[in-house]
Amino acid sequence: MRFTKDSLRIDAGQVAEELGRVIRRQIHKDIRKSGAVVGISGGIDSSVCAALCAKTLGPDRVIGIMMPDTDSSPESEQLARELAAAFDFETIKEDIGGGLDGLGCYRRRDEAIRQVFPEFGEGYKSKITIPSNILDKDTFNFFQLTVQDPDGRVETKRLPLKAYLQVVAASNLKQRLRMTTLYYHAEKRNYAVVGTGNKDEHMQGFFVKYGDGGADLKPIAHLFKVQVFQLAEYLGVPQSIVRRTPTTDTYSADVTQEEFFFGLDFYTMDMLWYAMENKVPPADAAAVLGLTEEQVKRGYANITRKIVATEYLRLHPLEAV
Amino acid sequence: MAATDIDTVRQQIREFVFETFLFGDESEAFANDDSFMEKGIIDSTGVLELTAFLEERYGITVDDEEMVPANLDSVDNLAAYIGRKQQ
Repeated sequence: MRFTKDSLRIDAGQVAEELGRVIRRQIHKDIRKSGAVVGISGGIDSSVCAALCAKTLGPDRVIGIMMPDTDSSPESEQLARELAAAFDFETIKEDIGGGLDGLGCYRRRDEAIRQVFPEFGEGYKSKITIPSNILDKDTFNFFQLTVQDPDGRVETKRLPLKAYLQVVAASNLKQRLRMTTLYYHAEKRNYAVVGTGNKDEHMQGFFVKYGDGGADLKPIAHLFKVQVFQLAEYLGVPQSIVRRTPTTDTYSADVTQEEFFFGLDFYTMDMLWYAMENKVPPADAAAVLGLTEEQVKRGYANITRKIVATEYLRLHPLEAV
Repeated sequence: MAATDIDTVRQQIREFVFETFLFGDESEAFANDDSFMEKGIIDSTGVLELTAFLEERYGITVDDEEMVPANLDSVDNLAAYIGRKQQ
């Protein structure tokens, strides 16, 4: 197999057509549902999924659910509405902030943050990131907490274990409440919940078990992020969405998916991963990507570690027999 | 650090890893020079747990820059790292 800079190029028209057939078969035939409910965030993945569903099922069988919370960027709703207008499907807005408040999401998260930054409070923002430059040095993936005070001053500290676990557990309530909301709207219509995770997220474990990982079908879970972008262009997803930097839209401070989890830009990560899957020698991959052999090996190792460490997220519930 | 001390530290680390990450499963054997990452013994959450153990048990501070496999990724690497930090 010859590895080139275009190895992840797809025939977007053909892929879209095939995915359309699969979605239609899975929803109507395999699980006998009448339509699709998609959580739309104004991001590229949910936009592609909603567009695929609208094109294959017809827009009158698709509902896009917008689920902002207190920390959400207003841009997310604006872009989601642009998408719905472009593909002519109905939207419903469910503000989950009150529900999350009731579950203690923000209180529990902030309590954990104050274990590290006791001064954290009104007017402060926070985000979690992992070390960058993962190709340039051998490092473990550990999480750092960054807070920004009301005057804009920023400070970063490593998250101790207890605080880290509590921040994540509290924040994961968001994705799980969104899943709950999607299933409400799906079940009242006899529709299917369409998951929007791509391969990077699905296989490296960048999702919440039974949160955004909870769905009836996942049409793009096998596609690299760079391929999702190609599909988006083909399908006519608004450029405002295509150009938007993928974010987590989970923490009060802006944090990209690269900063929070992947540690690499999507093109480099996807190409490294594809090369690794196809057993491209590190030296060959390095030549194509303009990296050193050592950087490629680190990239391969980092991706492998994440896949192995998050295997449990992709498991069905374990049964005794 | 004297050889005996190093052996003691190695044993303490082995016990910690065995109980904390392998839950006392004696079938999960590992050698002192086995990479925790390669064997899937420790992940990103486990690294935080390991760091907390080192700081509490040996009274050292693990700086972010020191959280690298050369220091933390095997029993032998850990014992050597602790020895350097305690000098």
